[in-house]
Amino acid sequence: MKPPERVYFFGTCLIDMLYPKAGLAGMQLLRQAGIKVIYPKDQTCCGQPAFNSGYRDEALSVARSLIKCFPQNIPVVVPSGSCAGMIKQHWAELFADQVDAEAAAEIASRTYELTQFLVDVLDLKLKDLGKPVKIAVHTSCSARREMGVAEHIESLLGQLDAVELVQQERKAECCGFGGTFAIKQADISGAMVQDKTTSLRATGAERVISQDCGCLMNIGGAFDKQAQDKGKGPVTQHIAEFLWERTHASN
Amino acid sequence: MNELNQKTARDNILARLRNNRMTQSASPAPYLPSYGWSQAEKIQRLSERMQAVRGEVHRMPRTDWVGWLNQELPKRKLHNILLGETANAELFRAQADAALTLHRYDRVIEDWKQDLFKQVDVGITDTLGGIAESGSLILWPTPQEPRLLSLVPPVHIALLEADKIVDNFAQAMHQQHWSEHMPTNALLISGPSKTADIEQTLAYGIHGPKQLIVLILE
Amino acid sequence: MHQTEAFHQRIDKALHNEQARTSFRSTMSGLMQKRAAQFPDNDELQALRDQARAIRAHALTRQPELLEQLEQKLTANGIRVHWAETAQQANEIIYQILHAADAKTLVKGKSMVSEETELNHYLEQRNIEVLESDLGEFIIQLAHEPPSHIVAPAIHKNVKQVAELFHQFFPELGYTENIDELTLLARQILRDKFANADAGISGVNFAVAETGTLCLVENEGNGRLSTTAPRLHIAITGIEKVVAKLSDIPPLLNILTKSATGQPITTYFNMISRPRQPDEKDGPQAVHLVLLDNQRSSIRMDEELLDTLRCIRCGACINHCPVYVQVGGHAYGTVYPGPIGCVLEPQRLGLEKTGILTSACTMCGACAEVCPVRIPLPKLINRLRAESVNAARSEAHINGKGSLRKLTESQAWAIWRLLYASPRNYRLFRWFATRLRGLTPTRLGAWTRYRSSIKPAPRSLQELAQQEGFDHE
Repeated sequence: MKPPERVYFFGTCLIDMLYPKAGLAGMQLLRQAGIKVIYPKDQTCCGQPAFNSGYRDEALSVARSLIKCFPQNIPVVVPSGSCAGMIKQHWAELFADQVDAEAAAEIASRTYELTQFLVDVLDLKLKDLGKPVKIAVHTSCSARREMGVAEHIESLLGQLDAVELVQQERKAECCGFGGTFAIKQADISGAMVQDKTTSLRATGAERVISQDCGCLMNIGGAFDKQAQDKGKGPVTQHIAEFLWERTHASN
Repeated sequence: MNELNQKTARDNILARLRNNRMTQSASPAPYLPSYGWSQAEKIQRLSERMQAVRGEVHRMPRTDWVGWLNQELPKRKLHNILLGETANAELFRAQADAALTLHRYDRVIEDWKQDLFKQVDVGITDTLGGIAESGSLILWPTPQEPRLLSLVPPVHIALLEADKIVDNFAQAMHQQHWSEHMPTNALLISGPSKTADIEQTLAYGIHGPKQLIVLILE
Repeated sequence: MHQTEAFHQRIDKALHNEQARTSFRSTMSGLMQKRAAQFPDNDELQALRDQARAIRAHALTRQPELLEQLEQKLTANGIRVHWAETAQQANEIIYQILHAADAKTLVKGKSMVSEETELNHYLEQRNIEVLESDLGEFIIQLAHEPPSHIVAPAIHKNVKQVAELFHQFFPELGYTENIDELTLLARQILRDKFANADAGISGVNFAVAETGTLCLVENEGNGRLSTTAPRLHIAITGIEKVVAKLSDIPPLLNILTKSATGQPITTYFNMISRPRQPDEKDGPQAVHLVLLDNQRSSIRMDEELLDTLRCIRCGACINHCPVYVQVGGHAYGTVYPGPIGCVLEPQRLGLEKTGILTSACTMCGACAEVCPVRIPLPKLINRLRAESVNAARSEAHINGKGSLRKLTESQAWAIWRLLYASPRNYRLFRWFATRLRGLTPTRLGAWTRYRSSIKPAPRSLQELAQQEGFDHE
């Protein structure tokens, strides 16, 4: 596919309010690559939280309002594996037999997770301007299994000369976030993030990078909570923010 | 449950199953992989697989197995040998070492079950063939070679003719037309009895034979 | 006690059992590695999964005809076929067969369907001695515990616990913590039982309609002994186990053993088509098959949920589940644990009893990725979540639809919709949330039990984007 001139950016509700810098960095990376980025101001959420909790009518109302934000036939770039996965894999089911099923499918067909877009569409070349750093990657389950883009984040990081990537034990295992799972099954979720943070600490990585802020909120929150007993853990950071920090010229 | 209720249960179940009009799912494609292995490769593969699960494999000319057993059985202190009534069993009976006590599986099990469970060291059987891919023996027990012969004795010795080894299970079924004449019992045996039920640690000889010795006859 | 509360109690207990958690972690890691090693070529694996899926899906669409064909073939072969709609009926049928044959002692091969019907308990109440002969099942029978895994039932116990258990019941055999020795002790104990049992009971892995053949997959030889040494053999299975043709068996067997325990094949593959014939010298004189429905025909009525029935009980979804590995099988409180349990049990037992299991899933998808018959487990769990909070959304034949709907929760989602389905409301909400971020509580219920609190950023992405000169249309 030839790189488009313009794209929509769907920042996601989590990033909009909690991790805006990650979203902004994603937009800046795209702009630096020569693409005009449009951030529709009416965007809210893809509907995933309610969909995964069984509240499909509520999910549908919300997803429906999002559809209206991307009218032009240009790619929709999403800095989150799980939100991109919701649109690409689950909207068909959510919108089944609805009047706007076709519109939903049309948007899904031009939706990309950010690292997928940077690698597959832009074939982005990166030049590392940062100091040496040791990092570990946590690929979200949705990026890995719903979007099939587990390798993309690592191929981007692999271009950065001063970045050393270390591997944690049981890398492909879920961190225990799972949206409302973290609340409904709090103790299981707590046990899971405990194991995940233990394996990440053991690598000696200074930072943990992911494509999904849900996982980072879980893992980073657990590192913070454990700080008193186990010391400060690695810094958690979204891939967009990390790439922008390492590559933009004014740094 | 009486017969009538059972009939009702049957009718109810079938009625529920017929009640929904399901989208028909296409017939699966035929599954008949062929690896084109030579006989040497098949022997090699079967032996490796068998040995990986502690099966013992010995290759020998087809004339040598009686002699091999006459030498090995006393050496291994295996004296009570159970045989069926096949041509191979008769051949062995005719030439067996005098130190061996031979038992004949010629009665119904009820007449000697306790003896079978307690007094036999080794059962010797033929095989219908072997499967290279999985390292398996094919056995179709017969009146001449009953089912428990390969199961109850602590050691099972199986005679396998080298030219009866096929690539895989599907091929065996296809070539031997299994679906047209399934026997009372058909078996694949791939090693001695084993379990991993305690701490997922492999242990051999839980219920079936503790040792499986395969003699590949060439 | 409400199912949610009971479930949380079991989880709490499970998470505090360090010994069992260590067992689950090491066992599941081992099983995952062994499975992966069996599939070095991903293309071949995917083709085999397609094949297995097609065979099972095809068998399900033709299920009524295939069951009739199976019955007809088995009957012609001399095997008696019985039909049971419920667990209770299945148990009654089995008891009547045993009673009529004057069978007082029986040995059992492993059968998850008999766990569904709680057969052992039923028969023991009627003075029939039932002995589980699979080593794992034998161990948990001594301990009076249910299986914690469908393939490795005693995996929650370590060798020391097994040693103590054996010593408690068989003090004359001496104490050992050596696994090989314990295995031989079990052999010794069970040999006599095999030699003397009146009847054997087994499950069935596949039932072939074309030839009237019951297939059993096992490593120990207890399955063969249970189905060969006693004079009577009763097999029990779910109606979904029927497949059309004998040629369907090799690919299913291939993917089953590799997916389950990472073995290229099990030690024994046992195919039974007849009772003992007049000229044969051993084998049971009578063989019976009990076909159990127990909600399966209802599950099949829903075009999406019927995928549940493709399952061949390999347990790969359980082995790869990050929730199961933390809590183990007993926490689920059902016969089938893990992802397949979260899907099957609420349909079998009703959402009002076990619907809470659908919450024990992060939707990570590790299960669906390895399922040999491509059951979309997370999708089905998600669907059941929807059924459990909505009484009237579908015509699926599941009990307890809507039974997990709670007012607080449904109101929370209604408010969420109010805020997120309207850009104007959302902007207003966001403005307050970012401006009043200083008021965010430091404790956010269950979340902050294990993590620090969450605080909105001072400015939203929308504001930053505008600031940085990005277009909004």
